[in-house]
Amino acid sequence: MIKTSEKLQETFLEDIYSIPDGEKLKNCIQCGTCSASCPTSHLMDYTPRQVISAFRAGMLDRVLKSNTVWMCASCYYCTVRCPSGIKLTDIMYELKRLGIKYDLYPPQNASPVMAKIFVDTLNRFGRSAEVVLLSLFFLRTKPFKILNFVPMGWKLFQKGRIAVFSKTIEGKDDLIKIIKYIEKKGVA
Amino acid sequence: MRYSYYPGCSLEATAKPYDVSVRSVCQALDLELDEVKDWNCCGATSYISIRELTAFAISSRNLALAEKMGNDLVTACPACYTVLNKTNIYMREKEDIRKTVSEALAVANLKYDGTVKVRHLLDIIVNDIGLEKINPKIKQRLDGLKIAPYYGCQISRPHGTFDDPEFPMTMDNLFSSLGAEVVNFPLKAKCCGGMLMTTDPENGLSLIKNLLSCAQDNGAELIVTACPLCEINLEAYQKKVNRKFKTDFFIPAIYFTQLLGVALGLPKEKLAIGKELVSSEKVLDRFYGGKR
Repeated sequence: MIKTSEKLQETFLEDIYSIPDGEKLKNCIQCGTCSASCPTSHLMDYTPRQVISAFRAGMLDRVLKSNTVWMCASCYYCTVRCPSGIKLTDIMYELKRLGIKYDLYPPQNASPVMAKIFVDTLNRFGRSAEVVLLSLFFLRTKPFKILNFVPMGWKLFQKGRIAVFSKTIEGKDDLIKIIKYIEKKGVA
Repeated sequence: MRYSYYPGCSLEATAKPYDVSVRSVCQALDLELDEVKDWNCCGATSYISIRELTAFAISSRNLALAEKMGNDLVTACPACYTVLNKTNIYMREKEDIRKTVSEALAVANLKYDGTVKVRHLLDIIVNDIGLEKINPKIKQRLDGLKIAPYYGCQISRPHGTFDDPEFPMTMDNLFSSLGAEVVNFPLKAKCCGGMLMTTDPENGLSLIKNLLSCAQDNGAELIVTACPLCEINLEAYQKKVNRKFKTDFFIPAIYFTQLLGVALGLPKEKLAIGKELVSSEKVLDRFYGGKR
């Protein structure tokens, strides 16, 4: 079993402890309430409880490369039920970010692609444009599957539920300035 | 009563009927909504999966714009609600986040002092107006209608501001006071899969199937939601669920504001009823002069 390099492990630790209430991770008693409450834990390579366990064992890179954190749907059941007050959903977000940052995410999983396209779309329009978002998503992940969505898209269009033209907000320049400022500080 | 309104991106697209019915119902209840001018996307669950502080900063731009308007900020989308709420809490409580985000806002000549209250519309209707004041305005009781109110996740989790994170009751109480029969629906706060329906449809479909069968097996004729993503997931994929699991679901899902609007006697057009993918005609026409 290959352990995450010690230096990287230390970086992961620092990063997770730096998010709001991240240090509560230390209080995990491995009770498994998180895994039992999770609607998708049965689909994860490692359950939420195992994520913390792997983290303690210095094997976080294995978790990051698996589908685990990208199956989290942000339902927050684990967060409200954890007897130790660990905000596990927020930790899942941090692990997603670490995976992207260190290029340790599962390449075959569609969720990181979706998240990246979402960010690009928002940065471009200031809003999330569903049509652009979904078109780019299917083009980049499974172009042939796009046909499966045509009938539903057409029905939604007929019902006036598709915004064909994407609006760009007036304050987009301001928004970009805000984003750039944070990125320049290197704390994004 | 006056509130600042943050529609969110979904309500301008697939959840347009939600926006239409929100505005009509608020008008009928004498709630004035001032839309936040030039709001931006809250970032939902995706932006924070890539960038943390940037996500709080773009979300804070909305709070800064709302603060200038002075009133509570109301949204009908639980995802926007949770993101704005979380950002708001951190901007008040976490010095390091407040400091950097404030500097970033200042670059765009904005500032946020943490005075805005972020609210969900359901909270406003049930707790600010209250059932006693709504009842005299009811033109059409919902007697005999069997509904499954579906809350999903983020309306009460993680913050549980106005309802229970495990077993929310606000919609149950609202609609049973209007005569509807609320069926037993133990999965009412279970997750619909959210974005997984798009990124991992195979597994998304099985989550949806569980919810649909729970509602239908308990006798519901209609699912009522307060979330744009739950609504689209529950109604738009029924055919796919039927094909995959050899089931025969045909159960409409509408927004809570649409059903409340029916009870307030508002015409279908003002509530965008008829824009569903699974028609609610059979269920709702009895309230519009049709036969049951």
